[in-house]
Amino acid sequence: MLSYLIRRLILVLPVAFGVSVICFLLVQIAPGDPLTAIMPVDATAEEQAAMRAAYGLDKPLPVQYAIWIGNLAQGNMGKSIATGRPVAGEVFGAVQNSLLLAVSAAIIAFPIGTFLGFLAGYSRDSWIDRAVTALSITGVSVPNYWLGIVLVIIFSVNLGWLPSMGAGPGGSQSWAWDWLHLRHLILPAVTLAVVPIGIVARTVRALAGDILTMDFVQALYAKGMSRADVLRHVARNAAATALSVMGLQLGYLLGGSILIETVFNWPGSGFLLSNAIFQRDLPLLQGTILVLAMFFVAMNLIVDVAQAAIDPRIQRT
Amino acid sequence: MSDKLLDIRNLTIRFRGKRTVHAINDVSLSMEQGETLALLGESGSGKSVTLKALLGLLPPKRTDIEGSMHVNGTDVLSLSGKALQRYRGGEVSMVFQEPALALDPVYTVGHQIAEAVMRHKGVSKSDAMSVAHDMLERVRIPSARRRLSNYPHELSGGMRQRVMIALALACRPKLLLADEPTTALDATVQIQILLLLRELQKDFGMGVIFVTHDIGVAVEISERVAVMYAGQIVEEGTTREIIRDGRHPYTRGLLAANLHDVARGERLNAIPGAPPALETRPENCSFAPRCPLVEPACRAGLPPMRTPAPRRRVACVRAETPIAAE
Repeated sequence: MLSYLIRRLILVLPVAFGVSVICFLLVQIAPGDPLTAIMPVDATAEEQAAMRAAYGLDKPLPVQYAIWIGNLAQGNMGKSIATGRPVAGEVFGAVQNSLLLAVSAAIIAFPIGTFLGFLAGYSRDSWIDRAVTALSITGVSVPNYWLGIVLVIIFSVNLGWLPSMGAGPGGSQSWAWDWLHLRHLILPAVTLAVVPIGIVARTVRALAGDILTMDFVQALYAKGMSRADVLRHVARNAAATALSVMGLQLGYLLGGSILIETVFNWPGSGFLLSNAIFQRDLPLLQGTILVLAMFFVAMNLIVDVAQAAIDPRIQRT
Repeated sequence: MSDKLLDIRNLTIRFRGKRTVHAINDVSLSMEQGETLALLGESGSGKSVTLKALLGLLPPKRTDIEGSMHVNGTDVLSLSGKALQRYRGGEVSMVFQEPALALDPVYTVGHQIAEAVMRHKGVSKSDAMSVAHDMLERVRIPSARRRLSNYPHELSGGMRQRVMIALALACRPKLLLADEPTTALDATVQIQILLLLRELQKDFGMGVIFVTHDIGVAVEISERVAVMYAGQIVEEGTTREIIRDGRHPYTRGLLAANLHDVARGERLNAIPGAPPALETRPENCSFAPRCPLVEPACRAGLPPMRTPAPRRRVACVRAETPIAAE
């Protein structure tokens, strides 16, 4: 197991390098000059050149990359062009908020999705199965920003139960574990949970349905196991694949919540990302994408290791 | 009920679904304690269905079962819930055809044996594990202690089938159902498994129903043979009687179809045609369309069950006629 872990960790290095290069280059390819966004319209050519030199944008690309990586290693992701604040602080604050939202959505979605999927897989072709399938297809297909707006109209505007904006009272940026803050989490987390509920339910349904038709299920009954025992065996068999789907879903939740964060004004990474794009804030954009991508790489690593720990058929040595 | 190990009477099983299948048609079968019986027949003749019915494994929603099945006086069809769980694996257990598929891939073999022992004997996990270890030694798995913590995919096919046998016998059932347990194995391993089963049957004194389509296997393992065709038992007798004096044309066809006395270049004796689709309940002899000795009476109605000797029966109008030299 340890050697598998080490081998898997070593494999992460080239992936991380590739990700960093792509992050770096993506921004270079993007059209538009970031300086035009912050320079006065009537700035002279000398002033522009000075600014470019100040941000290091006049050096050749490999040098820029090397400088960027060097700084990165020291936790320095540069300064935001728009606000002048260090990118690292902005990104980590935002990623924390996003992580909170993503994990909350996952805590809602994974148990519900697993339960529904199991139920449907166990009673294949019954009305329960059809209801769960319809529900999960709806969940995956409904645009979640639209659903978010509908929920806001119902619970914030009409009923007045829950706030619709921000991560805390008065647009507070800092999180605290109290009801005043938690209230703000409910609507975006529920909205965000709908898609993974559908995806997890469909995955688990297919897995459970397939496993239940396998010979060993009949063999378990034949040796006198109860239904609960059999379901435990089925769950263990389905766990490895289900976990990998959930891990990737968590990655998507973290990076893919741009629309939800925009709808709910949630100060997370998606929100930051869209701001960075609109303001052509290259360092901020790079930093955010890089952190999100690295998080995805880490999720994959965790999923692989967890899978190997659960399923003995996966080569561990 | 008497002290018979197995008493099946007028068992009829029909599967409902997109098309109805009359899988078992009026089967009666009995076994004494400790007897070994081979159920012989080709694919689709209802051998496996009979075994699954004996363990209550047929899907209740799609299956109509009539008749009665008693094992040691227990009415199998009346069992449900906890009583059915105690019966399965405790009273009767089963060895499956494909050990690779019949073992759960994500649990160790030790765990899989131990969980059955814990369920039936109510012992602790460590006691159950020592029973499992003991059973693995009984089925002659080398370095049994180490094998306990192996997963099924780490074992060879023959080893897996030994594990399956250890699992089936761990709770000392009175009746073992073996569903073509050697079909998925190499020829050399087949013989080892057969010998092992025969030996364990003697040691444990249990009854065995051995389902097979291979007449050679049936001869090797069993005292008695029941030949099944199209969901019916067409002939039953001791192994010797069936081999020496098979009366039903289908039995004789099976005997003639083996490869032992065939000279090179000679055509193999096969039974022409294929078994009937069982969409309707048979109203005349199901074998008539393929039978070389068919006569009008065969198509007129179900053949009479003749009993030329005690515990010997043949379902054929020509059962009394001595075999003409073929």
